[in-house]
Amino acid sequence: MARHNVLAAVLVGALALGGCGGAKVGDTSSGAAGDCGTFNIAINPWVGYEANAAVLAHVAEKELGCKVTKKELKEEVAWQGFGTGEVDAVVENWGHDDLRKKYIDDQKTAVNAGSTGVKGQIGWYVPPWLAKEHPDILDWNNLDKYADRFKTSESGDKGQLLDGDPSFVTNDEALVKNLNLNFKVVYGGSETALIQAFRQAEKDKKWVIGYFYSPQWLLNEIKLEKVKLPEYRPGCDADAEKVACDYPDYDLDKIVSKKFADANGPAYQLVKNFQWTNEDQNTVAKYIAEDKMKPEDAAKKWVEANGDKVKAWLPAQG
Amino acid sequence: MVAVAASRQIPRKPLLVGGIVLAWLVLWLVLRDVGTLPLDASQLTPLHRWINEVNDAVGASRNTNPVFLYFFNEIRLVIDEFVTLIQALIAQPSFGRPVPVIGWLGVVAIAGFVSLVVAGWRVALLALAGFTFLGLQGLWQESMDTLSLTLAAVAIALLFGVPLGIWAGLSDRVHRVLTPVLDFMQTMPTFVYLAPLTLFFLIGPASATIATLIYAAPPAIRITAHAIRSVPRDTVEASESLGATGKQTLVKVLLPSSRKTIVLGVNQTIMAALSMVTIAALIDAPGLGKTVVKALQTLDVGTAFNAGLAIVVLAIVLDRVTTAATERRSLPRWALFGGLGVTGVAVYLSHTYLWAAEFPSDEVEVGSSIRQGATAATEWVQDSLPVITGGVKDFVTWALINPLQALLAESPWFLVALVVVALSFLVGGVRSAVVSAVCLGLLIATGLWQDAMVTLASTLVATVIVMLVGIVVGTWMGRSTRADRVIRPILDAGQVMPAFVYLVPFLALFSASRFTAIVAAVVFAAPVATKIIADGVRSVPPASVEASTALGASTWQTIVKVQLPMARGALTLAANQGLIYVLSMVVVGGLVGAGALGYDVVAGFSQGQLYGKGLAAGAAIVVLGVMLDRLTQAAARRWTNQEVR
Repeated sequence: MARHNVLAAVLVGALALGGCGGAKVGDTSSGAAGDCGTFNIAINPWVGYEANAAVLAHVAEKELGCKVTKKELKEEVAWQGFGTGEVDAVVENWGHDDLRKKYIDDQKTAVNAGSTGVKGQIGWYVPPWLAKEHPDILDWNNLDKYADRFKTSESGDKGQLLDGDPSFVTNDEALVKNLNLNFKVVYGGSETALIQAFRQAEKDKKWVIGYFYSPQWLLNEIKLEKVKLPEYRPGCDADAEKVACDYPDYDLDKIVSKKFADANGPAYQLVKNFQWTNEDQNTVAKYIAEDKMKPEDAAKKWVEANGDKVKAWLPAQG
Repeated sequence: MVAVAASRQIPRKPLLVGGIVLAWLVLWLVLRDVGTLPLDASQLTPLHRWINEVNDAVGASRNTNPVFLYFFNEIRLVIDEFVTLIQALIAQPSFGRPVPVIGWLGVVAIAGFVSLVVAGWRVALLALAGFTFLGLQGLWQESMDTLSLTLAAVAIALLFGVPLGIWAGLSDRVHRVLTPVLDFMQTMPTFVYLAPLTLFFLIGPASATIATLIYAAPPAIRITAHAIRSVPRDTVEASESLGATGKQTLVKVLLPSSRKTIVLGVNQTIMAALSMVTIAALIDAPGLGKTVVKALQTLDVGTAFNAGLAIVVLAIVLDRVTTAATERRSLPRWALFGGLGVTGVAVYLSHTYLWAAEFPSDEVEVGSSIRQGATAATEWVQDSLPVITGGVKDFVTWALINPLQALLAESPWFLVALVVVALSFLVGGVRSAVVSAVCLGLLIATGLWQDAMVTLASTLVATVIVMLVGIVVGTWMGRSTRADRVIRPILDAGQVMPAFVYLVPFLALFSASRFTAIVAAVVFAAPVATKIIADGVRSVPPASVEASTALGASTWQTIVKVQLPMARGALTLAANQGLIYVLSMVVVGGLVGAGALGYDVVAGFSQGQLYGKGLAAGAAIVVLGVMLDRLTQAAARRWTNQEVR
């Protein structure tokens, strides 16, 4: 008897292998108008993104009856997926002019689906204790005064400016040079490195200044303070070598595959209509990052408390 | 012949080396910061832009290019089907059922039974306990997804790897052609080809399997070849003189006498495959890697550690089963049939009843305690140790890393190149000098000379530490079976525990710095070196050791005069593999403050316009690897030959 079962399992396996036809690439995309079908949503690896995606996925599943497939991917890979039909939507995009040019303008596989309503900010941040004890540090003009205090094993005789979540564009080397600061850019190389540095700095009152951004879940835990750089004016960052101004504010937007947009199904309309605020995102991000809720549960909790907002995203009836 | 040439030069050589280094130091003082070929983080060279354009063009032609339509798609289909089939059997709901074909009870039973047949009672118990533990951690499905992917990748790797390795073992020409290819596969950072892979093979199991495969196959090939080559000449000659054909010699002599080492290669392949689990998760590979990546977005070390531990458990079980499989054993009939019967019933139950299909993780579980324990331990370490560890970091940086880096990265490029070529000539003759010169030329061509020198400095420091650890611990393990038994699981853990799990506390201990990157590289590379050395020390004929002891040699003398010299082959292999493993961690180093080439690769993966630069940096890592590899090998050859004469 036992052997029969093993045999059966092997047979079932063999049948499965034989029974599958050859699928063609690019057929996997959804986008059948009317009925929702499959909705492939990319999950880029940060919590704010996860919050957007979780809420969208929840609404798409519960209200529109879509079959949502989440694909965990880095940005570049996700955009590439528009062309191969494996990704329908990226729901929080930070600028990425290079990707826009490549996939929206040149390859024409992606289109913009409007703002998420969330404003993104990039800049230099210091831990709250430092801002409190030395308030003048929040002006870049005074940074050199403190350069000595920021010295580390990596920056030699200069102050260390900790940089480097590699996902984001940075002008910091040019900034340091053009603002004549006695600092050296040290590439931490990951968000983890930045978060860990700030956490430790706040706890042990250590001197740290680094590149960071908001919205970010850490800011719920530690209120990092932004250092004022020379004001941003359109075009002041045109020449990457000569940048001497702050980063622009980012209007975080949504990008979808062209096919998905053209099919104009309910899932596309939901993505297009989706808009909320920094506070909304922070709330959901807090559920996920601090309260350790599953993204699905966090989304459910927020959606239940914000029925009216969700209603405005749903596709028009009829 | 080589040895004769070498022995003539010996007396002059140390003097010459000293002279070269001294001249370098003097010229460094004079020419410091001249011609260092620096490149800012956001700067590109024409080469980098050109690579970007090629990459874009390939992407744009994806849907029309026949190579994609008829070649890559077919490969993708076959591999996808293969992985999906394994997943359907043990991991994912399949064939319209809410659960996989075989549930947890069946999988545990099969694991136990297979272990019993190939590896004996002890290992079977370990397999049973290990697999059950995965369920208790609350990670059954994730573990099975990871297991499916690993089994698929390892199966394909061995299918091609072992025959290739045998071929390379038999033929010098194949060996010569294959070696650079393997170097390339092992040292080219995965980040560089991860994005293009998804372009070729789409997002999903196929890409993840192929990424794993590329990294995991080389150890199998390399170590198989090494095994075949180290069968004593006399044995082969004896076989041939008895009139055996080439095939007979291979099957009856070469393979049986190298079986143990070949299995070491299989082990390394499994370990390498499991160490790719987290990186593969970045392109949506299912399994434990996803849990780790997700947990670390919020620096949740507890959850990440729990998932990492599951990877370690899988690795240890698979390793022990394959290792024990080298020894022949026969099982009594009743045990064989009894085991088969029990397994069959378990499989049937797990196919039919829900309790045996889905692990009842709500009722019994240890996952949450592991998570809490790991979190508490991390917090303790982060709160209480940084005072000491920060000092250690500052000292090593000041005494070792900074001077070496200053010398390499702040000298003019031509000076460094001259010194390296001269040293290569002294070590390995004209041939080595030419290889080094070509490699240095390629480094300059990548446009990343200074970054390469910074990375080289850290790599050298890390490799030296790896060898120190390897020799000390490896010798200890080689001499004591008990030590081996205790230390080996720790080494396995170091090799397959996803780096990011320990990078979080490391970052707290050492901040974002080059030293952190070096520590991470040592954690990953020292186990390989240690295992190889332990294996080498253990295979020193007991007679030699006994003779030495009988002659009144102390333990220290026995180790230094007998065991280590006789394990020379293993030592060089260890240095070689240690170096390559260190280089394969350069990218991880880039994530924790090493900057230079590692950061270039990471940024290239994340930012489209830096892609070309990232690829060039990846190539620079490979070139560094090839150059150092050839140099160590040439040095090792000299050393080995001298000792023999």
